[in-house]
Amino acid sequence: MSTLDNSMLTLVTFIPLAGALLLLLFPRRDRDIRLFALVVSLLDFVLSLHLPVHFQRAQAGFQYEINNQWISNPNIHYHMGVDGVSMWLVVLTTFLTPLCVLISWKSINERVKEFFILLLVLQTALIGVFVALDLFLFYFFWEATLIPMALIIGIFGHGRRVYAAVKFFLYTMVASMFMLAAILWLYAKTGTFDFVAIENAIRNGQVENFAGAATWLFLGFFIAFAVKVPIFPFHTWLPDAHVEAPTAGSVLLAGVLLKMGTYGMLRFNLGLFPEQSRSNAWWIMILALIGIIYGALVAMVQPNMKKLIAYSSISHLGFVVLGIFSFTQLGLDGATFVMLSHGVSTGGLFMLAGIIYERRHTYEIAEFGGLAAPMPVYATFFMFIMLASVGLPLLNGFVGEFLVLSGAFRDRAIYGILGATGVIWSACYLLWMYQRVFYGKVTHPVNLTLPDLSGRERAALWPTAVVALVMGVAPILWLNAIDPAVQTALAPFTQLASRMVGR
Amino acid sequence: MNAAIDMPQVIPQLADYIRILPEIVLAVFGMIVMLLDPLVDEGRSQKTLGIIALIGSLAALAATLFQSQYPGLGFWNMVQVDSFSIFFHVLVMAVTAVVILTSYEYMAMQRIRAGEYYALILMGALGMSLMSSAVELVLIFIALEISSISTYILAGFRRRTAISSESSLKYFLLGSFATAFFLYGVALMFGATGSTSITVIGQALRLERIPVLAYVGVAFMFVGLGFKVGAAPFHVWTPDVYEGAPAPIVGFMSTAPKAAVFAVLLRIMFEVDAPGRVWLIWVVAALSMTLGNVGALVQDNVKRLLAYSSIAHAGYLLIAFAALPNNGVPAVMFYLASYAAMNVGAFAVISHIGGEGERYVTLQDYEGLGRRSPLLAAILTIFLLSLIGIPITGGFFAKFYVFSAALQANLVGLVIIGVLNSAVASYYYLRLIVVMYMRDAREDVPVSPVPVGLGAALAISLGTTIYLGVLPGRVLDYAARTVSAWAR
Repeated sequence: MSTLDNSMLTLVTFIPLAGALLLLLFPRRDRDIRLFALVVSLLDFVLSLHLPVHFQRAQAGFQYEINNQWISNPNIHYHMGVDGVSMWLVVLTTFLTPLCVLISWKSINERVKEFFILLLVLQTALIGVFVALDLFLFYFFWEATLIPMALIIGIFGHGRRVYAAVKFFLYTMVASMFMLAAILWLYAKTGTFDFVAIENAIRNGQVENFAGAATWLFLGFFIAFAVKVPIFPFHTWLPDAHVEAPTAGSVLLAGVLLKMGTYGMLRFNLGLFPEQSRSNAWWIMILALIGIIYGALVAMVQPNMKKLIAYSSISHLGFVVLGIFSFTQLGLDGATFVMLSHGVSTGGLFMLAGIIYERRHTYEIAEFGGLAAPMPVYATFFMFIMLASVGLPLLNGFVGEFLVLSGAFRDRAIYGILGATGVIWSACYLLWMYQRVFYGKVTHPVNLTLPDLSGRERAALWPTAVVALVMGVAPILWLNAIDPAVQTALAPFTQLASRMVGR
Repeated sequence: MNAAIDMPQVIPQLADYIRILPEIVLAVFGMIVMLLDPLVDEGRSQKTLGIIALIGSLAALAATLFQSQYPGLGFWNMVQVDSFSIFFHVLVMAVTAVVILTSYEYMAMQRIRAGEYYALILMGALGMSLMSSAVELVLIFIALEISSISTYILAGFRRRTAISSESSLKYFLLGSFATAFFLYGVALMFGATGSTSITVIGQALRLERIPVLAYVGVAFMFVGLGFKVGAAPFHVWTPDVYEGAPAPIVGFMSTAPKAAVFAVLLRIMFEVDAPGRVWLIWVVAALSMTLGNVGALVQDNVKRLLAYSSIAHAGYLLIAFAALPNNGVPAVMFYLASYAAMNVGAFAVISHIGGEGERYVTLQDYEGLGRRSPLLAAILTIFLLSLIGIPITGGFFAKFYVFSAALQANLVGLVIIGVLNSAVASYYYLRLIVVMYMRDAREDVPVSPVPVGLGAALAISLGTTIYLGVLPGRVLDYAARTVSAWAR
């Protein structure tokens, strides 16, 4: 490992923050600020590509690790590293941020400086969540995502933005208190925050009183993650936050923030508490299925385009949870893949919704109709990304959902059957919305003169469309890195299963 | 090992004076300020006297550092210079200096005559620093009185406003009552053990069967001190007093005297190993956190809001008192340092925004501050995040050490109450942040530029808050060393 490899994660994590600090010193020339933010986020994206390019695919365990003592009491280490799952989530974050900058170019024209500073700080925090291997560091980045996101919603959002921002903040804040309590308990018993060390201590039974506390600890972590995902019935903050957030906020919220929850379940709930995951899986699977179906049904009746996409996120994230708690190779592979593909396609859908909002200042589906005539390019992009989200074969949505469902079938057939209806529902609500917005005659005369996509908007949409296609055609590029990581995560479960058979 | 030890030493030696050097420096500068007050003309008094007071507090800080080279007992075992007392001396002096820097602009704005004001701050600091080095209960009582009387007067310094006088009088009446409780407790302790020296009492209580009188004595002292730190159920004075008193003084009296009283409490509870402390503290801590936070939820006045929050913070602090000394004492000391930094800073911002006559102290007056004065709003936000306990601010590690000390003592119930309370607390701090950033600016509330003195005060408290949040190790290690000296 070269020194570059060692410092790579530090660079990728903190370049956006450094960019934000430089922006503080910038003069208030809005155009320069936008350009600078774009350059910083592109630079970070290019650097982050180093991770998958030089990743040892066949190798399990963490790579690009860096581990230095930060504070001696409490024993906190600056410990970062990525495996196949978290690496792709990092790349997803760096991929979406430049698109967010592009899509906010015109829609944010007041307090531009503050907006881009918050966006870059948010990016650092998000990447930090995925690379941290010290529970304290993880918790720090986890909480740190909260403040810029709440401010982005609360300052730059639409009508009821303050309500939405406060609701978002309080929901997540209260839930993460439980996680903090669980982390502190683990620290008190093991004397370390290191994820790997704690994992080993638990597996070797070196933690005293663990048997009695394990279920509570599992729930402590789970509640924090469940609110973030969000799993039914903790989902009520999400539609509000999405509808009121500015476009870039929605893209990062749906694209990356929600994945913090599912990533946390995969890494911490499964990693630290395999037995408790196993014994609690039945009700979590049921909640996931409720999420899939309920989210889809509610999406169906939404008159508001953005709210519809928000509820579709609840439905899609249900697939991820379903895959994770099926404890099968297929299910976990699929869950990770859905995380990535949902980030790309839903990010794209939110950008598309934002583009039409910039022109008409409304998300009401009834306000549109026949848009395919005045805006053909827009309609084509919308169709493509929507089909990716629906799960059309050869596009990215299909691969993940297929894997998840086959994993769920292996676990219990009824889970697979019920989950599969979610795919049908998503086709229903998205296609129906598409029909109402784009087909037929133009019902409102204002829509006749709407301009089609500008060059900048196309620049933001092309990458999502291309990535959606490549992910659908050649998923192996992603999956061969995800596979070993998932096998490691599943190792305790296969042991657990063989032990049960042995009895 | 000869007769010289038994011979009572009649005349204080040089070493004795070194043990109280910072107090001497403060007294001298306090008197200089008072003497000069009639000599300088009114227009310039503010500037001159303020600078003298600032120099006084810095000189006392230097004296403390000098004194740290000569640890030991002095004045017939009444004062003790050890790393514990040094820690609190530095804390009190630093807070004093920052408060003087803040007052500089405030006094001019409120058109208050400067003389006694600065003198009283210095005298108060004298009492507070003496409290942390005294190891004899009667001397502690005297120091407590010096500190309290100064703050009673300082609370009433906005003479033109009725609530300030009300605040002063209320503080005085209830405060005297509490001091009496403390003195009563000292008397009972003397009756139980035959001594007023903390060291002797501690030894006596460890050796013999603990008399009932000692329990009562501890309870009375705890009531007296509990009042001074504003712990529930002795907290009712806090919101009214904080609302009426001048904002920089609120910053002062919510941190420095509180730190000093907690120092006394630490000595009494841990060095004496006070009997029956755990359950007493358990109840008071839980009550303080809950009543403080619930009370703060409905406040519209920023000063009252922070008053209730200070009650809650006293509760968090008390959690550590129920823990074991090895973890509890450093946790308390660290908490006090970071609380001092963030609270003094927050009140510095409030005193600036308050304007002439402290007109702008309601939540509505902070609407759109993020737009009118982005820098001040950002700084206040960091202090508020620290009060919530968000990582990389001092407030986070403060809470962290307290909770983990309690967990190691198996006080799971208290920790759960504490964690739930911090969740509730985040709501009202957040409300202020929301108001600052997410509401439209109020054009009728003016924001003047930040003067140099206030800027320095803010820089110091902000720097300390962040430093304690990023590299808490050094301060905590220092605090931990002081305890290993106690652990016998």
